[in-house]
Amino acid sequence: MSETGIGKRVKRREDVRFITGRGNYTDDISVAGQTYAAFVRSPYPRARIVSVDAGAAKAAPGVVGVFTGQDLAADGIGPLPCGWMVKSKDGSDMKIPARPPLAVERVNFVGEPYAVAIAETPEAAKAAAAAVETEFEELPAAASLAGAAGGPQIHPDIPGNRCYDWELGDAAAVEAAFARASHVTRLEFANNRLIPNAIEPRAALAVYSAATEEFTLHTTSQNPHLARLILTAFVNLAPEHKLRVISPDVGGGFGSKIFVYPEETAVAWAARRVGRPVKWTADRSEAFLSDAHGRDHLTTAELALSESGTFLGMRVRTKANLGAYLSTFASSVPTFLYGTLLAGQYRTPAIHVEVEGLFTNTAPVDAYRGAGRPEATYVVERLVETAARELGVDPAELRRRNFIQPDQFPYETPVALVYDTGNYQASLEKALQRADYAGFAARRRESEARGKRRGIGFSCYIEACGLAPSQLAIQLGAGVGLYESGEVRVNPTGSVTVFTGSHSHGQGHETTLAQIVSDKLGVPFEQVEVVHGDTGRVEFGLGTYGSRSVAVGGSAVIRATEKIVAKGKRISAHMLEASPDDVDFDEGVFAVRGTNKKMTFGEVAFAAYVPASFPDDLEPGLSEKSFYDPKNFTFPAGAHIAEVEVDPDTGVVDLVRFVAVDDFGEVINPMIVEGQVHGGIAQGVGQALLEHGIYDDAGQLVTGSFMDYCMPRADDLPSFEVDTTVTPCTHNPLGVKGCGEAGAIGAPAAVMNAVTDALGVKDLAMPASPERVWRALQAV
Amino acid sequence: MNGFDYHRPATVDAAVAARRAAADGAYLAGGMTLIPTLKQGLAQPSDLIDLGAVAGLAGVTASGETVVVGAMTRHADVAASPEVRRAIPALADLAGQIGDAQVRNRGTIGGSLANSDPAADYPAAVIGLGATIRTDRRAIAADDYFTALFETALEPGELIRAVEFPVPRRAAYRKFSHPASRYAVAGVFVAEFGGRFRVGVTGAGPCAFRLTALEEALALGVDPAAADDVAIDSSRFNSDLHASADYRAQLVRVMARRAIAALAGR
Repeated sequence: MSETGIGKRVKRREDVRFITGRGNYTDDISVAGQTYAAFVRSPYPRARIVSVDAGAAKAAPGVVGVFTGQDLAADGIGPLPCGWMVKSKDGSDMKIPARPPLAVERVNFVGEPYAVAIAETPEAAKAAAAAVETEFEELPAAASLAGAAGGPQIHPDIPGNRCYDWELGDAAAVEAAFARASHVTRLEFANNRLIPNAIEPRAALAVYSAATEEFTLHTTSQNPHLARLILTAFVNLAPEHKLRVISPDVGGGFGSKIFVYPEETAVAWAARRVGRPVKWTADRSEAFLSDAHGRDHLTTAELALSESGTFLGMRVRTKANLGAYLSTFASSVPTFLYGTLLAGQYRTPAIHVEVEGLFTNTAPVDAYRGAGRPEATYVVERLVETAARELGVDPAELRRRNFIQPDQFPYETPVALVYDTGNYQASLEKALQRADYAGFAARRRESEARGKRRGIGFSCYIEACGLAPSQLAIQLGAGVGLYESGEVRVNPTGSVTVFTGSHSHGQGHETTLAQIVSDKLGVPFEQVEVVHGDTGRVEFGLGTYGSRSVAVGGSAVIRATEKIVAKGKRISAHMLEASPDDVDFDEGVFAVRGTNKKMTFGEVAFAAYVPASFPDDLEPGLSEKSFYDPKNFTFPAGAHIAEVEVDPDTGVVDLVRFVAVDDFGEVINPMIVEGQVHGGIAQGVGQALLEHGIYDDAGQLVTGSFMDYCMPRADDLPSFEVDTTVTPCTHNPLGVKGCGEAGAIGAPAAVMNAVTDALGVKDLAMPASPERVWRALQAV
Repeated sequence: MNGFDYHRPATVDAAVAARRAAADGAYLAGGMTLIPTLKQGLAQPSDLIDLGAVAGLAGVTASGETVVVGAMTRHADVAASPEVRRAIPALADLAGQIGDAQVRNRGTIGGSLANSDPAADYPAAVIGLGATIRTDRRAIAADDYFTALFETALEPGELIRAVEFPVPRRAAYRKFSHPASRYAVAGVFVAEFGGRFRVGVTGAGPCAFRLTALEEALALGVDPAAADDVAIDSSRFNSDLHASADYRAQLVRVMARRAIAALAGR
């Protein structure tokens, strides 16, 4: 097909507006009469609110209103729900603390909002927020994950600060495996807390019409339909059909914009309360304090091996920090998105994982790029690499001995997943070639001659993407289905408007989905428009996260295009006086088999809207929709190899090479896929070497700005070498698996395996900061 | 940000007078520290006296003996100045390593020195070169200027006009950048004036200081190994999230070694 079809490196059409400053972000939207919100936030990690005096704030110039949590509660607003029920070992439900949008009696983390000021200007709103006088009774805080269980009890009804005590796998089988093991590798480590830092902070603009009782909420959401569902069905803002959520251009999310937050909720409510539109845009300091953070695990992990290096069993115990409250999907991340991935790419026959979800007086923790799967990969790949070193086996060779083989698919793991397809060794061998593994020893000698140390590390990751088969997800506790909707509307002139429930916040859906539809319908790429991010235009959707957009959203669009083709065959058959069964459709032409009778796609579209002689059983119009529910997860997998050079004088780690060979199944746009991989690797390297969200012992966030929280930058990274292998997904129409999270999942273990190799140490905490590396070398 | 009265004087005298008349005034130079501090409400001056229009405060003049850098000269201009590059290339190198491009295009040498951030770069050069700080009322020797964390010998309202750097025979600066902020976790400036050496250290302590033991060692021979044996007292060094005092002492040693190695090549 054309240069814009499936598999082509089409430039992203949305980039023109992004890079020329013509994006339409929430903060770019203004409406007549709008006011501005500023939040009053807790300075304490834990305190009782004794009194809030808004008298001076209300009297300040330009102030429209100042409201507290009690005002929202009086209107029946809240609490914010968590959408995934996780059960403890004993079968009991997880403990859910009430989370009012604005705190009422107590505040439980620094930055938690408990009041909001609405004013004529952003400055007046901020001044009013600062003028709110609050008396607090400070309470002792449980600031650290390690001390959470024995620390001060945060919520009155949740003893031990424990949300759940979850397990997966066969404990007895694992005990037996360890009993007969000839070697056990054991590691204890933290998976460091990360702060997402999308380039666009969260924002909301709420408009309420008293005439129609309708809300319109423009906001930075990765899934506007879910925001609408939660704000109406659970938070009681309005009836569902009276709320329209629009998420226009969104500048990155990485998971943090999946969730429904207090601020957006309060802004929407306030628009009705003050009778004027209300706008709020977080500043960077607020983003650090109040966006849901990621990761933050403490883990003990053990791998049992036979004499020949065969994996016999794995035992993992993890404490997961959930923060002060359960964010929208927080409960699922360290459980079903983590424990289920611990088989990795290997035939480990027995696995048992226990996870304690604990509350602390810190910002809520929820899904962040990879969400549970980077943590699982880190466990598996650090264990495997360490085991290889302990046994004196080449780490690549130990992996080869234990990979699930291509002829073993579908492969049922001991942790509840069925992998449909893969060829893990193919990816590893290609990566070894690309990384010139054979030449590493010489490169190490050359580094050592210059007084440097060199290391190489592997990470053969797997992820479960394409979230998710609804029936399975709901069985496992999900409160929503995880299908996706797609609608293909052919206009009378033959151009096509595609409506998707997926949401693009940087991934390039407007290009990728247009490529698919253009390819399948034979319509020029330029004549396919993709609409997303508006509950008023798109029928329904579950948004974008978990590398699901093409695997699930794209499949829905494919199904709709198939219906378009079927209808087109009926129309053309009628027009050409043939049977629909005798009409073939290829490259935009409907042709009656064995004749020279044919109609172009455009002619059929026009006929559909100008039905001069349609029979009774043929409706006019050419517009079809589909809801696609996947049959299984997809399982992207790959091999990442990092090579580092360490300066022993300063401890600086120089990432000199990074090779990623990924199997994403079929690829729609290789350029976009490579971009996703690059961004993911950058974030994974950030976790390994630079980023760390730290609360001090008193519960204050001490990495609350870019002065102290170190984001990866171009000069921290080498030019990545990326490549692919392909085993098509067996259960979706495009054979795609998803690519959005792979880099962030694979990279941390690869980098840390390389750093520990360079240093000759068993383990080192992330991030491998210069001082940590230097200290590790002093101790060797 | 709180409200304040804004002044934009045209002369040094008018600026100093405006500051004297203010209840709690602050000079605004490049604003790289003051503006964020104002936005966070950490500084709430009654009056802001913008030095941007004061005549004669920006620019570089060089004689054979000295390079004089006006207080309002931007870091980027010092980095690019042909006079500085010719007379004291290490000073131009240092200016080119400050912060990022945006900071270098706004920030000024006078603002940096008046603020005396413990991790700023310029203080290493001021100490290392034995510069003189010329103010509206006097000249202050480098060794007398930095007094404590964010403290200098400047009196209330005293305004830096220029910094006069003696031209060394050779000099070099090496810094270990903070990975996030690019401030100096440790920075060492080494200069030679006809067999006599000066070593200025920034980032490590509460304010920039001389490493006299290394100066004496260098007088016996320009050898990077001199840094290996010199005593470094880290008991008063900064210790924070990113670097402990011990580690800073190590970095001072390594940066000193590298600066000496660079010096040997000049």
